[in-house]
Amino acid sequence: MTTTLPRTGDRVVAVAPARARTSSGILPTAILLIGAAYCLLPVYWLISAATKRPDELFSTFSLAPSFNGGFIDNLVGLSQYAGGAFWQWCLNSLIYAGGGAVAATAVAALAGFALAKYEFPGKRLVFGYLLVGVLVPGVIVAIPQYLLLSQLGLAGTRWSILLPAMISPFSIYLTRVFTAGAVSDEVIESARLDGAREFRLFRSVALPMMAPGLITVFLLQFVGIWNNFLLPFIMVTRSDMMPLTVGFYSMMNQGSDQTNVYSFVIMGCLLAVVPLIALFLFLQRYWRLDLISGSLKG
Amino acid sequence: MTSLTSRRSRLRLAPYLFLAPALILATALLTVPIGYTVWRSLHATRITGGGLGVAEEVFVGIENYVRVLGRADLLPSFGRLLGFAVIFVPTAMVLALVFALLLDNVSSRLTRFSRISIFVPYAVPGVIAALMWGFMYLPGVSPFHDVAAALGLPRPDFLGHSGIIASIANIAIWGAVGFNMVILYTALRGLPNELYDAARIDGCSEWQLAIRIKVPLVVPGLILTGMFTVIGALQVFSEPNTMVTLSTAIGSDWVPMMVVYRDAFITNDLYGASALAIIITVVTLAASFLLLGIAQRRAFGSESRS
Repeated sequence: MTTTLPRTGDRVVAVAPARARTSSGILPTAILLIGAAYCLLPVYWLISAATKRPDELFSTFSLAPSFNGGFIDNLVGLSQYAGGAFWQWCLNSLIYAGGGAVAATAVAALAGFALAKYEFPGKRLVFGYLLVGVLVPGVIVAIPQYLLLSQLGLAGTRWSILLPAMISPFSIYLTRVFTAGAVSDEVIESARLDGAREFRLFRSVALPMMAPGLITVFLLQFVGIWNNFLLPFIMVTRSDMMPLTVGFYSMMNQGSDQTNVYSFVIMGCLLAVVPLIALFLFLQRYWRLDLISGSLKG
Repeated sequence: MTSLTSRRSRLRLAPYLFLAPALILATALLTVPIGYTVWRSLHATRITGGGLGVAEEVFVGIENYVRVLGRADLLPSFGRLLGFAVIFVPTAMVLALVFALLLDNVSSRLTRFSRISIFVPYAVPGVIAALMWGFMYLPGVSPFHDVAAALGLPRPDFLGHSGIIASIANIAIWGAVGFNMVILYTALRGLPNELYDAARIDGCSEWQLAIRIKVPLVVPGLILTGMFTVIGALQVFSEPNTMVTLSTAIGSDWVPMMVVYRDAFITNDLYGASALAIIITVVTLAASFLLLGIAQRRAFGSESRS
């Protein structure tokens, strides 16, 4: 009885999808493909528009790429725009997103480990205090952050974007939840009995076990900073400090009297978007978003 | 003996040291700024001493709140925000749930391609999304206008007063669906397969399986993504702020966050901006708690009562 039951169960599972696939798979697949087309259409339009010379942009069918050398012209034009400002913005975005995400992940790793693996007086209070930050909209703190950082003389510098990016209450919350499951208490106890100091224990024992989750925390924070507009928009006014998002905005704002600026912005958007999408595809297996859906049970 | 006590004290101290960077940064960059905003919202500068007197910061109570709430441009601004949220939140959530269920459906094909494609907009900053869609709405470069012209239909007016809210909601939906979908999809993947097998043996169709079994089980994921989506909706700023450069239908007071920005940095009314920022925060918190409350009562009410 016990040996035959799983076998019949297996057969049902094996047969059902095969039958379903032939009869009812068309509609769900079609809906998914429509969704995919909706999401890819702007990217395709961007590629197509980037190939057009400024005079072709408004005169040819928008979804048909052009092969009259417009792509190279736009690339050269964008590179020369405002003395190579575009490449400076790319570099700035990398510095802000990379530096901020590394720091935020390190802070979250330390705090999350302490909250998951230690019992100490005031633990609930500390956790609650840090968690309030999840609920308060980040946008709201951007303006007072600017006022306080400008009193310290930091507004307008790279630190004014990097410092606020270093604290992410949601990252701490996520790290606490997955660390509770990923690092076993027995391993910590036995390392402690072997005489390991607490920081060594964190670095050599806990950190390797936390690594897969921390990569996801890093990527979430990286994308969050990379995509952020309001904070850098408020913090910096000099072009050579701007990240890409603010740079494009300033380009569009100055651009109404310059005829080629639309073509340059389109090319810039393409150059900014494609590497990030490629990075995503490349890092896909490191994305452990089940951490977020799993965090609800904790 | 001494080594044991020193180790004990190390153990007692360790969690606080691990937490120190987070606590210092959270206090300096979150608590103090929020407190400062509250303080600002209750103060104003007054010239004392008549004539060429000195400007002094004085406590004015809720005066800034009364002044800000009484302004003529605030209500329309909240109205547009509401219109935006009413289109954006349900559409983004329903699409994310439908795509997640279809990805999890055994008969769907090409799911890997679809999943990655729908996730792609998450990698695109809101400013760039607004520029891409903005160009696609712009007469002369819009593919939708080309298609409408080819079919002999009237050209849709994306950037005019009638269509602008839906146009901006579409940009935000495009950016939000993929992330929510992946969260819900991973939640669905975490459900035990035996559950489905049992239901299938009982003659449950894939459609019934999705509605009756999968959806109720991913309610926690729906609440989480729903809260993120609502909070994101109430803070919308970069999309409309970027679209200003392409559409004349968007003023500098289009949504409340744009009013806050204008007051703080263009008209230099930091006190009013602080009061308005607090109001938006309270509205956001109220909306998310309300949603959480409703969702929890719907999902868990019957169980907790019994």
